[in-house]
Amino acid sequence: MLPTLETGQPEPTLTTLPPLFADWFASRGWAPRRHQLEMVAAAEAGSHALLVAPTGGGKTLAGFLPSLIELAERGPKPEHGPGSGVHTLYLSPLKALTTDVERNLMTPIREIGLNIHVESRTGDTKQSKRARQREFPPDILLTTPEQLALFCAWEGARAYFADLKCVVLDEVHAIWSGKRGDLLNLGLGRLQRFAPDMRRVALSATVDDPDMIADWLRPTIDAPVTLVRGDPGAQPVVDVLISEGRVPWAGHTGVHAIPEVYEAIKRSGMSLIFVNTRWQSEFVFQRLWEINEENLPIALHHGSLAAEQRRKVEAAMARGDLRAVVCTSTLDLGIDWGDVDLVIQLAAPKGASRLVQRIGRANHRLDEPSRALMVPASRFEMLECQAAREAVAENAFDWEPIHTGTLDVLAQHVMGCACSEPFALDDLYAEIAGCGPYRGLTYETFEEVVDLVATGGYALRTYERFARIVRTKDGKWRVRNGQVAQRHRMNVGAIVSAGTLNIKVAHRRGGGTGAARWTAGRKVGEAEEWYFEQLTPGDTFVFAGQVWAYQGISGTDALVTHARDVDPKIPSWGGSKFPLGTSLAERVRDMIQDRDHWRVLPPDVQEWLELQENRSIIPTAGDMLVETFPRGSRHFLVAYPFEGRLAHSTLCMLLTRRLDRLGVGPLGFVVTDYSLAIWSIRPMDGLDLDALFEPDMLGDDLETWLEESFMMKRTFRNCALISGLIERRQPGAEKTGRQVTFSTDLIYDVLRRHQPDHLLLRTARADAAAGLLDVARLGALLTRIQGRIVHQPLERPSPFCVPVLVQIGRERVGGGAAEMILDEHAMEFSEEALIAEVMA
Amino acid sequence: MNAALRESLSPLRHPCGGLKVRVNGEACVLRCSGALWVPDRRTLVASDLHLEKGSAFAARGQMLPPYDSPATIAKLEAEIEALAPATVVLLGDSFHDSRAIERLDGADHARLERLAQGRTWVWLEGNHDFKALADALDRLTGEVVTTMAVGALTLIHEPQAEPAPGEVAGHLHPCAAVVAYARGVRRPAFVTDGRRLILPAFGAFTGGLDVRHAAFEGLFAGLPLVAVLGRDKVHAIGWDRLA
Repeated sequence: MLPTLETGQPEPTLTTLPPLFADWFASRGWAPRRHQLEMVAAAEAGSHALLVAPTGGGKTLAGFLPSLIELAERGPKPEHGPGSGVHTLYLSPLKALTTDVERNLMTPIREIGLNIHVESRTGDTKQSKRARQREFPPDILLTTPEQLALFCAWEGARAYFADLKCVVLDEVHAIWSGKRGDLLNLGLGRLQRFAPDMRRVALSATVDDPDMIADWLRPTIDAPVTLVRGDPGAQPVVDVLISEGRVPWAGHTGVHAIPEVYEAIKRSGMSLIFVNTRWQSEFVFQRLWEINEENLPIALHHGSLAAEQRRKVEAAMARGDLRAVVCTSTLDLGIDWGDVDLVIQLAAPKGASRLVQRIGRANHRLDEPSRALMVPASRFEMLECQAAREAVAENAFDWEPIHTGTLDVLAQHVMGCACSEPFALDDLYAEIAGCGPYRGLTYETFEEVVDLVATGGYALRTYERFARIVRTKDGKWRVRNGQVAQRHRMNVGAIVSAGTLNIKVAHRRGGGTGAARWTAGRKVGEAEEWYFEQLTPGDTFVFAGQVWAYQGISGTDALVTHARDVDPKIPSWGGSKFPLGTSLAERVRDMIQDRDHWRVLPPDVQEWLELQENRSIIPTAGDMLVETFPRGSRHFLVAYPFEGRLAHSTLCMLLTRRLDRLGVGPLGFVVTDYSLAIWSIRPMDGLDLDALFEPDMLGDDLETWLEESFMMKRTFRNCALISGLIERRQPGAEKTGRQVTFSTDLIYDVLRRHQPDHLLLRTARADAAAGLLDVARLGALLTRIQGRIVHQPLERPSPFCVPVLVQIGRERVGGGAAEMILDEHAMEFSEEALIAEVMA
Repeated sequence: MNAALRESLSPLRHPCGGLKVRVNGEACVLRCSGALWVPDRRTLVASDLHLEKGSAFAARGQMLPPYDSPATIAKLEAEIEALAPATVVLLGDSFHDSRAIERLDGADHARLERLAQGRTWVWLEGNHDFKALADALDRLTGEVVTTMAVGALTLIHEPQAEPAPGEVAGHLHPCAAVVAYARGVRRPAFVTDGRRLILPAFGAFTGGLDVRHAAFEGLFAGLPLVAVLGRDKVHAIGWDRLA
C-alpha cells in the first residue's frame, strides 16, 4: 500500500480563495475552513484527494469548491465541441442526497452570480430530461453509481465524458468496500480512460483506516492521493438510559423503556430514534403513539415506506415541524434534515462506527457537542452500550476487512463495456487490473469472466451460437445486437433486493373471490415477499404506523384495507440485522473479566455478574467459557464466544454435525450476539471440548454443509442476477422476485451437481463466507480459543445463559427451516421461570 | 430437532418413500420425485419434463446452465431403477418447445433410448411438445398418444373442465406454500380429491403455479389433499395450512 500524502499544518499563504469566493464567505459571516482550503490546494496541484471529516464541517462544499472556482474562471461554455461536456460528476450512494446537494450547491452559485449549470439524474429522472442531458450536458451532473454503470454502457460514452475534469464521491465510507463499491470503482476506471486528467475526490466520514479508502481511490497503484482531515468536532455526550433503574435479563428491542424514551423526547427539540430493523421501527412507533398523550408530532422513516412518504417526513424535519422520528439506517447517511438535538439508540448499536455516524446526526454544528442516549435491551447489551460509550470517547472505530473485487460485478461491467464500444481483451484487462479492488485479478480469471459474459461459462460448450458478446474481424469483442444491449441496460446495478411486493390500499370491486374481489389503489410502501407468506387473508399487521388487514396478493401487489384491530400481528424478527462489531466484542470480553470495571455498571448488572461468578465462572478475556447442564430430558451446552450472530450460527452448524457423528444426538441450537446454546439427547460434559472446537471444522464440513445451505442459494441468486446470467427485467415484463428466486434455486441445484467449480458458484461461496457466514471471524475465534476453553459443568442454568435460553422459546425459524415447517414443533422456555430458577 | 439443526444435518439424509392414496379406486403412490407409481399396473407416470428449457432460454440471451436435460433424465433413470416399471408414461410437455429435440445432446438422447428398452414407453402429447413429437417420431422410441387408460385411471396432459373420475393430468405445475413458525416454504405438490389427480412438474428447471390459483378452481369437488414434495418424504397437507 502506498503511503498517503498527508497535508501538514495549514499554510495560509499557500492557498487563498479568488476574491469572488472570499467575498461570498465574508458576506455570510464565515471564514473558509482549513480543510476547504486544503482541498482547493490539492486541486491546484492536480492531485486526487480524500477528505475525511465528521458530519457538519462543510464537507460537500469542500468537495465542490475547486470545481466551482475552475468553472468561474472558465467563462461561457461552448454549446458544442471541445469544452461543452460535463466538467464535474458527483456520485452519491443515496438518490435523495443528489436533490439535497443540488439545492445546497445552488446557494453559492446564485449568490456569487456564477454561470454554472447544475443538474441531477437518477432512476426517477424523466426521459425527456435525460435525453436533453445527453444532448446538452450540464457543467455539474449529480447522480448515483448505478447511473455511472449505465453511462459506461452507452454508445458514445467516450466522447460524452472527454471533457470531464473531476469526479466527486460522497459518503464513500458507506459504499467502497462492497459490490456497489466494486461497480463504482470499475466505472471510475472507465472514466479515467475517457478523460486521463480527471481528478478523483472522495468525501468520507471518520474511519479507522483512511489509507484503505485512499488505496481504493487511486487510479493506479502508484498514483498519489492527498489526504485531508477535517477538524474533529466537540466530544459527544453519550448517556445510557436505565429504565426504572433495571436492565432486563434478555431481549433485543428495548421497548421496556418506551415511557422514559417518551420523556426524553418531551425534553428535547427534535429527536431521532434509531432502531436496527424496519419492523422494530414500526413496533416502537406504535408503542410511542400509544402513550403520546400530548400528541407530539412523532414520525416514522424506513426503507420500505413509499418514497413520497419518506420525502414528506424529511421535509417536515427540515421545516422543524417534528419532535421525533423513529428510523432505521435509512437516516444514517445524508446531509441536514433539520436541527436534531438528541439521538436515541434503542437496543445496542452493534458497532462503534455506526454509533458515531448516528450521533453525528444530532447538532450539525462542530463546536457544540452532540447528545445521544443508548437504551440497552438486555444485560449483555448493557455491557455493549458501555463499551460503545468508551469507544466513542476514545475515537475508536470498527476496522474493516480487506475487500477483493467480486467477479459477478466484473461480469456486469465487461458486458457494459461491450455495449458501449468494442474492446480488445488486453486493453480492458489492463484497465481493470488498475482498479483498486481488482489489482489482484489474474488474466486467466478475467478470461473466465469474459467467457461467462459470452456464453455462461459452461464446460459443456453448447451455447456458442447464442453468445451475448461476439468477436469482430479485428479480434475485438462487441455486444451481439441492440436488443441484447438494451436488456443489459435494463438490468444494471449491484443492489439486489429480496423479492418485494408493493403494498397497496384495496377497494372492493364486488364479485370474484380472494384477491380478485379487490382493485389496487394508492401505494403505501413495499415489503419483502416472505413477510406476506406468513399472513393469511384477514390477518392484521402494522405498516407505516397504521393497522391494515391483509387481503391477498395480486401480481406484484399486496392488497390491504384499513383495519382497527387493537392487537395486530407484529412479527418478531431475530434482533438486529447487524452482528456485534469486532472492536465492541473485544471491549465487552475485556469488561467482563475486569472486576474494577464493573463499578461503572448499574447495580443489577453488577449483581448479575457476581451471581455468575458464584454459580459458574467469569472467564478471563482470552478464555472461552463453556457450560454444560441437564434440563428436563435434555442436555445443554452453552458457549460464550462474543463474536456476533453470524459467526455463532456457522459455528453451531458445524458443531452439531460433529456432535451428530459423536452419537450425542443434537436436537437443536440457538444463538445470540454473545453466546450459543446446543441441546441434545445425551450429555455433552464428557466430551473433549478442545477436539470439538478444532479449527479443522472449517474444511470439509463447511464445504458439505454450505452446498445445501439456503444461504448459498440466496447468495447464488444475487450473483446470478448481478452477473447478468439471469435478468431481473426484460423488455415488456418484469419478473417478480418470486419467479426469480424459484428458478435460481433450481438452477443452483443443477449447476452444483454438474459443474461444481463454475465461476458463479465460486463467487457465491466466497460471498457467503465473507458475508452471511462470517467465516473469517469464526476462523479467528477458533484459533484464539485453542487450548483456552474453560469448561464448567453445572446442575442448572447459570445467570449468563438466560438470554440465549429465552431465545429458544422466542426463536422464529430462520430461512433454513424449510423442512421443519412441514412437520415440526418448537420448544418453549419462559423467561420468568428461568430467572426464578437461576436466582433460587 | 429444531429447524436450524435440521438444516445443518440435511446433507446426511437421503430421499426415499412416497405417499399412498387411492384415485378412483386405483392404488397410487405419490413419489418424492414428483412421479406417480401405479403399483398394480407396474406403471410410472411423470409429467412436464420440459427437456431443453435451459437452451431455450440461452437462445434468447439468458445463459441458464445446459444441464437441465441430463439432470431430469438422471432423476427419471433413478425412478426406473428403483421401480423397474413395465410401462413408462411421460404425461406431456416432455420437451420445452418444438425444436427442443434438435437441441438435445446426443448422449442425453441415447440415454433416453436406453431407458425405453424392454418396456412400454409412451409419449403423451402436451401443448408445448405435440409438434416436437410429431416431427420426431422417427427419432424417438415409443408410442405417441393423446390419452391413455391405466386401470381405473385416464391419463391426459391437460385437466378437463368437466368432472372426470380417474383423470390423471399435469400441465398446471402445481406447487403449494406452507406456513409455520412465521415462515413459508414453497414446493411442488400433487393435488387430489380421490377422483382426480394432478401431478407436479418433473423437469429440473420447471417453475410452479400455486394450488390456490384460479386455474385450479372448479377442478375438485371439495377441498383437495395437497401432497407436498419434501426432501425425503411427501407431506400430506390440509388446505387450511396453505398460505
